[in-house]
Amino acid sequence: MNGKNDMISMRNVKKYFDSVKALNGVNLSVEKGQVVVIIGPSGSGKSTLLRCINHLEKPTSGEVWVDGELVHDHPKRLNAVRAEIGMVFQLFNLYPHLTVLENITLAQRIVNNRSKQEAAQVAQAQLERVGIPEKANAYPTQLSGGQQQRVAIARALAQNPKIMLFDEPTSALDPEMIKEVLDVMLDLARAGITMVVVTHEMGFARAAADEIVFMDHGQIVEQAPPTEFFTKPHQERTQTFLSQILSH
Amino acid sequence: MSIEERAEPARSFGLSEESRQRWHARFEHFPWWLAGMGVLAVLVFVLITTDPDFNQAFSIIRAGLTVTILTTIIAFAVAILFGLVTGLGRISNNVLFRNLATFYVELIRGIPMLVLIFFIALVAIPGFVRGLNALGAMMLEAGFGSLATPFISLEISQVDMNLRAIIALSTTYGAFLAEIFRAGIQSIPKGQMEAARSQGMSYTQAMRYVILPQAIRNILPALGNDFVSMLKDSSLVSVLAVRDITQIARLYAGRSFKFPEAFSILAVMYLAMTVALSFLVKAMEKRMRQNER
Repeated sequence: MNGKNDMISMRNVKKYFDSVKALNGVNLSVEKGQVVVIIGPSGSGKSTLLRCINHLEKPTSGEVWVDGELVHDHPKRLNAVRAEIGMVFQLFNLYPHLTVLENITLAQRIVNNRSKQEAAQVAQAQLERVGIPEKANAYPTQLSGGQQQRVAIARALAQNPKIMLFDEPTSALDPEMIKEVLDVMLDLARAGITMVVVTHEMGFARAAADEIVFMDHGQIVEQAPPTEFFTKPHQERTQTFLSQILSH
Repeated sequence: MSIEERAEPARSFGLSEESRQRWHARFEHFPWWLAGMGVLAVLVFVLITTDPDFNQAFSIIRAGLTVTILTTIIAFAVAILFGLVTGLGRISNNVLFRNLATFYVELIRGIPMLVLIFFIALVAIPGFVRGLNALGAMMLEAGFGSLATPFISLEISQVDMNLRAIIALSTTYGAFLAEIFRAGIQSIPKGQMEAARSQGMSYTQAMRYVILPQAIRNILPALGNDFVSMLKDSSLVSVLAVRDITQIARLYAGRSFKFPEAFSILAVMYLAMTVALSFLVKAMEKRMRQNER
């Protein structure tokens, strides 16, 4: 991988919070259409890595390239890059004062400059895609956690992103709602959307990932396709981690 | 059957246990204070209609209501603008903007309101006008004759005390409201700003469309309370000889020596307005709690 053709390329990215080294020199390439799942113990820097891709966290040093463009802090450029990267959060972060439809149309209108009508059409189509078209006029708090997260996915998809980032999208959900969200994500993976997913759902990782990245202490310890990763991990730390999470 | 039979004698004394408890609860929760206010209102109403002195005091002082109410409404509207801008400044990443905002808030909070009103109306505003005059003189020398005229010809006596009172009140309250806006904005979870920014919105767009609508809804009751406070504090502008109800009552009392009449009427006028407004604020709070999502 020469880096130029990658959808995402992180080069020696470091992120320090005061004295805490959240990311300590990360190199990662994600090709177009690839699904990369990041796993690792809590505090290993998974979320920080994800948030560095769209500069929700500004790296202390190192470079992030998205689709051939260096992500940097010129406000207009950064906003344009972010508009092309959909992000889904652990706590959904829907806008509670807006209806589901308005949640999905807001950024389309003011960021992508779409007409009200077009934005509403796109929103409705995305709601169909995530399986809850009938909730367009509901408010977020009237929905279950699983439905809220699916709205959040629809909101991100509505901007036609080149990349989708998922930051532990099922960690705040009741067990019976995890599947409906993972099903939607699996559909997206099969549809060829470039995805980077931080998750603890090993079943999803096995089924959807092209590459699995294992992180610990702010560094990538091991990276491999799922079959190889789960059957014959090379690093001792990976083996320990897997034995801990897969023992039940 | 037998239980009811045993309960029967108690009822024969007057009240059953159940209805006694109900009456007790009613007694406990009845707004006696409001009844007290009602009695006061009736008393004053009776005095106004029957006592010629009270009647005279009322009809004279009433003339200042327009000034009191208009001063409060206009000053509060301007204060909201000051407060919003300053509140945004308090949380800004821009060092200059943030420090200017903090300077303003701390300055105002450290000085008594009465002193501020004197200072703004009698020192700051005249100083500002002199500054404009000097600017006009400079423009004249630099050859912008026609442009300079309005700056030079402006005289401090043209800035009337009503306007100065409004400027003084809104400057003072702007600092208070800034803290309310700041707290309201900071009460919105960080994830909201992150979600908005991740969608490509600018900071300003995220504030306008995502953060402020939620923050303002949260602070409406606090703003309502400050409006009530400002209505009361507007009485301070009487020191600038603005003819609000306080000033008219003072003048009337000094002239006629009818102090009890003048100041009872004055007090009850403020009370009537603030109690009514407080009810509005409470109703607003209640509605918000019901709509809480």
